[in-house]
Amino acid sequence: MIISIASGKGGTGKTTVAVSLALSVPEAVYIDCDVEEPNGHLLLNPVIASRQDVFRKMPQVIDDRCTQCGACAQGCEFHAIVVLSTGVLILNDLCHGCGVCSYVCPTGAITEVDAHHGIIRRGRAGAGAVGFIDGTLDVGEMSASQLIGHVRKEALPGGITFLDAPPGTSCSMIAAVRGTDFCLLVTESTPFGLHDLTLAVNVLRVLGVSFGVVINKYDGTYRAPEEYCAADGIPVLMRIPFDRAIAMAYSRGIPPVTALPELKTRFRDMYEDIRVLAEHAAPVPGANG
Amino acid sequence: MTGHEAKHHIVVLSGKGGTGKTTLTAAFAQLAGNIVVTDCDVDAADLFILLKPDKRSEQPFYGGKKATILNDLCSHCGLCMDVCRFGAIGNFSVDAVLCEGCGFCYHVCPSNAIDFSSARSGTRYEGSISGGSEFLSASLLPGEGNSGKLVTELKRDALRFFDQPQNQGLLLDGPPGIGCPVNASLSGADRAVLITEPTLSGLHDLKRIVTLIRSFAIEMSVVINKYDLNEEMTREIEAYARTEHLRVAGRIPFDHTVVEALQRNMNIMAFPASPAAQAIGALFYSLNNRK
Repeated sequence: MIISIASGKGGTGKTTVAVSLALSVPEAVYIDCDVEEPNGHLLLNPVIASRQDVFRKMPQVIDDRCTQCGACAQGCEFHAIVVLSTGVLILNDLCHGCGVCSYVCPTGAITEVDAHHGIIRRGRAGAGAVGFIDGTLDVGEMSASQLIGHVRKEALPGGITFLDAPPGTSCSMIAAVRGTDFCLLVTESTPFGLHDLTLAVNVLRVLGVSFGVVINKYDGTYRAPEEYCAADGIPVLMRIPFDRAIAMAYSRGIPPVTALPELKTRFRDMYEDIRVLAEHAAPVPGANG
Repeated sequence: MTGHEAKHHIVVLSGKGGTGKTTLTAAFAQLAGNIVVTDCDVDAADLFILLKPDKRSEQPFYGGKKATILNDLCSHCGLCMDVCRFGAIGNFSVDAVLCEGCGFCYHVCPSNAIDFSSARSGTRYEGSISGGSEFLSASLLPGEGNSGKLVTELKRDALRFFDQPQNQGLLLDGPPGIGCPVNASLSGADRAVLITEPTLSGLHDLKRIVTLIRSFAIEMSVVINKYDLNEEMTREIEAYARTEHLRVAGRIPFDHTVVEALQRNMNIMAFPASPAAQAIGALFYSLNNRK
């Protein structure tokens, strides 16, 4: 079972919750799909056993075959090719690696080469109890979705995987949460948290992923997020009050369940709730990614 | 920057999410007046909550084309599935969420059975906020990608206002991360204000965004929010900033007034005596009064 942890708004505590779950549930695997800013390793301190380079396809022009006809530039939907009188210029930052240019080129003047895109690391954390995988996008690479796709393939069938998703509601977040068995949305007791929660909920409904909510930095005075959840029939699975001790521990890279081991039972209980909810969720056609 | 010599184009970024970009941008917007304020975090645009713009007009955003298979014409040859690199075609239908809009299927289909056309994927809008500033923001329809392109279009509108003589600056609230929408936010800016928090993650993510911004000619200033949550880490971040020759612009203390203001949809500058507002005021002054 793959449980993704997402939020819409950044900084609500996705990584804290994902890491705490992985450390509380036996034989779990933690996968960090926030490849633009992966932070799970800072809390889990994994022993890394292997690293793998990930490449993406990039077009390359063979100058003596190119007639500067412009078919490649015309075919490229991402405006990543400019034909100049001196030759063809490929704008790597805009290229999606789709392969259309080499297909439409009438003289076979475009080949594809591998460009370094990021790395995947595998290891173990929590004194060997937790499987650890993360992806790190090379700085300067634009699109995280492809790397996220590679990182996700590391989840083993039959295991329990907690997948830490990137913030937002667009390409990268969708690449991470799509087709997961359940998505835990972490929000906070502010109007920003609520607004972005509603955006994330709308995305999950389009994707057909069942979900529940954790309210972090919970504040009994601002009740709008739980009122929204109640009105919409969304289960609130945990409320974590703001606690300076948790914030202090986090700042030093110590997960809450390590600082306050009594929290482990609560995270384990939440996992049980998620398991029941995921098993009873109606299968949605076309939602398998 | 031709024509904008006296004006500044500033982008607020962080790498890590939730460090206070929007709170700081809203405060600066209120302190500045007569500027153009733009929310570039189009995935999760929250700045409007604090700045309460008077919406003047909105425009549809077309993110790019999408493929659809026309069943009547499809001969089930499967070529489209073979060439699609995004795994978006299965069972002779296109998954609109996975489709990147490259058109490879459209080009290879021998039966002309693929419709490849633009669809609306979001909205951009403009308005004004108190103090005479312009405000621009956008939203995506659920499940839509292409936030980088939306940021680029939003900025094109923003630069139009920035060119008008009455507007004294351009202030962008950036998205988290280091990917396409962040890059789209950065292009053309002359200053980046990087707001971080004194945590290992805050520092880790700051380093990645600094590395990215090095490839642009943009001056960087670092602000440490909630600095007193871990003063040792604050000093470590400041030491890092100095070795990288970044300007350490200031510190903002942890102040519950920030949360209370936010919970009432209010700008922190509406509580001018609060420790956070005082620190932001000083920060604004120091960013504006130097060589």
